[in-house]
Amino acid sequence: MCREVAITGIGPINALGLGIEPLWNALASGSTGIRPLEAYDATAWGSPFGGELPADAFSIRKVVPKSHRKATKVMCRDIELAVAAAMAAVEQAGMTTAAAGDSEPTITPDRVGCHIGAGLICADVNELGAALVTSRSDEGTFDLHDWGRAGMENLTPLWLLKYLPNMLACHVTIVHDCQGPSNTITCWESSAPLSLAESMRVIQRGAADACLTGGVESRLNVLATWRQQCAGRLATATLEDDPSSIVKPFASDATGTILGEGGGILIVEERQNAQQRGAHIRALISAAACTQSIDDDCLLHASGESIADAIELALERANLQPHDIDAVVPMGLGIPGIDAGEAEAMSMVFGDNQPERILLTPVTGNCCAGHGATQLCVAAHSIDVGSLPNGGPAPTHVLVITASQGGQNTATILSRADS
Amino acid sequence: MSTRRIVITGAGWITPLGHDIDSVWQKLVAGETNVAAIDRFDASTFPTTFANQVRDYDWREYVDSAARHGAPGMHTAFALGAARQAWESAGLGDLQGLDRRRCGLYLGSGEGVLDFDSYSRTSLSAWRNESSDIDDAAWMQAASNYIACNYEVAQEPNEPISHIAREFGLRGPAFNCLTACAASTQAIGEASDIIRRGDADVMVSGGTHTMLHVLGITGFNRLTALSTRSDDYRHASQPFSRTRDGFVMGEGSGVLILESLDHAIARGATIHAEITGYGSSADAYRITDIHPEGRGPASAMYRALAEAGIDPTASGERPPVQYISAHGTGTQENDSIETRAVKLVFGDNAPRIPMTSIKSMMGHLICAAGAVELIASLLIMQRGMIPPTINLTEPDPELDLDYVPNKARKADVDTCLSNSFGFGGQNDTLIVQRP
Repeated sequence: MCREVAITGIGPINALGLGIEPLWNALASGSTGIRPLEAYDATAWGSPFGGELPADAFSIRKVVPKSHRKATKVMCRDIELAVAAAMAAVEQAGMTTAAAGDSEPTITPDRVGCHIGAGLICADVNELGAALVTSRSDEGTFDLHDWGRAGMENLTPLWLLKYLPNMLACHVTIVHDCQGPSNTITCWESSAPLSLAESMRVIQRGAADACLTGGVESRLNVLATWRQQCAGRLATATLEDDPSSIVKPFASDATGTILGEGGGILIVEERQNAQQRGAHIRALISAAACTQSIDDDCLLHASGESIADAIELALERANLQPHDIDAVVPMGLGIPGIDAGEAEAMSMVFGDNQPERILLTPVTGNCCAGHGATQLCVAAHSIDVGSLPNGGPAPTHVLVITASQGGQNTATILSRADS
Repeated sequence: MSTRRIVITGAGWITPLGHDIDSVWQKLVAGETNVAAIDRFDASTFPTTFANQVRDYDWREYVDSAARHGAPGMHTAFALGAARQAWESAGLGDLQGLDRRRCGLYLGSGEGVLDFDSYSRTSLSAWRNESSDIDDAAWMQAASNYIACNYEVAQEPNEPISHIAREFGLRGPAFNCLTACAASTQAIGEASDIIRRGDADVMVSGGTHTMLHVLGITGFNRLTALSTRSDDYRHASQPFSRTRDGFVMGEGSGVLILESLDHAIARGATIHAEITGYGSSADAYRITDIHPEGRGPASAMYRALAEAGIDPTASGERPPVQYISAHGTGTQENDSIETRAVKLVFGDNAPRIPMTSIKSMMGHLICAAGAVELIASLLIMQRGMIPPTINLTEPDPELDLDYVPNKARKADVDTCLSNSFGFGGQNDTLIVQRP
């Protein structure tokens, strides 16, 4: 018999803060975490807003155990967010690990895996700039000879290790002593659902009993934002605009998305194993499916047909019909060509009986490799508390869909434990 | 759970030693290397001045329509060439009726290359001496002047799978993982699992990467992970040698076609090998060090062997594994701990198993290394010859396994184990067997 995989803990992290409550409250009340950026001076840019975490959301030195505090010096923003989200998820799952809880670990280290989606992490421009400027020639140009001879020594020896995408999982596995299979999937907004699917596969094939899974990213820096802006994906706005109405998913007057930071970590466990340790099962993963678009433009457009393929595969694997789906959490980035692909897919699958949609981007912005994790956390929480954020009826099955920059599409169905 | 068997029916690579299976193989068994001074940028004052570059390669020769791919990043360009070779060698190019919704991709691709000249120019022009930081508005303005937008977008790590999917019309499950030096071994292992559980019939899998650029060499130089033997660079890559001083940077791509055995048989494909075992683990130890007992690497090997049903300590006329493709980077720490882990796993059998590092010739292809080394393992089984570990003239007295020093050796190999261990602590092992 196939091992069932349950979600027992969620640790979303985003512009509203750490944990599900602030996000859920914002979704319920219609408030937003999007605000003028403080991470850098974006006032002269066409897109001065972002879904930036409040400065007091967490202290990384307080999140990690004493033995790992020195390592916080080589954590970039993405790593800090992942470590904080992982701790929140582990605590919510009631797990005792090397770093969480007061008693002996309730997990066997080599039976716990870790799959954390990540992005192409940009080096901090101030840190790198401070080193580069030491090799400026008298003419004001960059002197590569000097850089090779001396300038590079102004970078800390472990500089590279701050920015490798798999260092998110590296730090999390060290903090919680997870010695099972570990991977870092880098497929933009689909990274977290693909990571969840991999964790499910790993547990089902018996290579682990539990996994920390999800995705986290922060592109709130000048280089990453510039890349998105010149790619035409960002909404144009001025500081006079209402932050809650800049991103307009599925609207005819949508102009683009807003970048956020964060995502989330989920704890997934083999169902019986979770029940034996007395864990609260928040949702079951009924199915995960993914497809690839073959269109030439996967930057500003998504393929409705390819997304629909993923949804239909997921429904088939979950042995469900379209009418069984009570709610959908789409990406809803506010990028017209991407939203159109998602809308077309939902139209193809659900016809005139569209399930309720839960839209996150106006609240959190697009957290890129973390975005799908936020979607999954909200879907799991909806099932767990028996309500939609708008007070809608208790969902039994919630569908999460993503269509990434790059054309990787996912469909994940989460279900109530007694369904 | 499904018990579908997974076979390899095609392979291709773009490497510093060449761009096709046979010519690279000839160089491997001859113990040749192409290490030379870096000429992609002026590295003459860097601690490391040399590398194994891919040269004389044009990706346009490998695609149906170059226009569909625009200006791909170098990682994508390498992968397109390797994928084309693999696709054609598997006989998929002319196959009618292939259900491309059942054909997926799983690559371990690294990121592309930052346009460093433009980036440094942008940063210097926006630097404020008085406050020692970047003026963000000025940076943005300068970036618009100097940095090419389309180029930057093409450097994302999931770009290679997008382009390969486009080239061959693949619409099935698609993943990219980036676990440093373990990435492509991990990709192949997970791709196998996707077929095994019935989610696809064919997977295009492997890896692609180049870190042969200013910030890549800078980063590894700061970590002191690269060899700095600039006065004798052709002998710089010295895995398992007493005088090893770090790895030599390589670049390139290796891609394989994986299929369910049933699918391969039904279409009459040539089967090169069967993937019988895959193991993955995390060190969970320190960010810069491997566990001194080789806990993570040993765990990956144990897991792979268990999946393959192989007892590593079984006695017999031949050891249960007849070749180990070592991670074998040529760093002091890796080679010592890998040797220790192999001894731990294989016990008395360890000294009986030839274990080589083709990184001694090829350099370290980082994310692509595992795929290229797995392809070499297939060729070892098919052609009955084990390429050597070159530059092993001063053995390390503490490293006492059979590293096949300096000269290729004839061997009858049915079962290979291939290791890849990443910075960051991810460890992956594959086992392939002769069909």
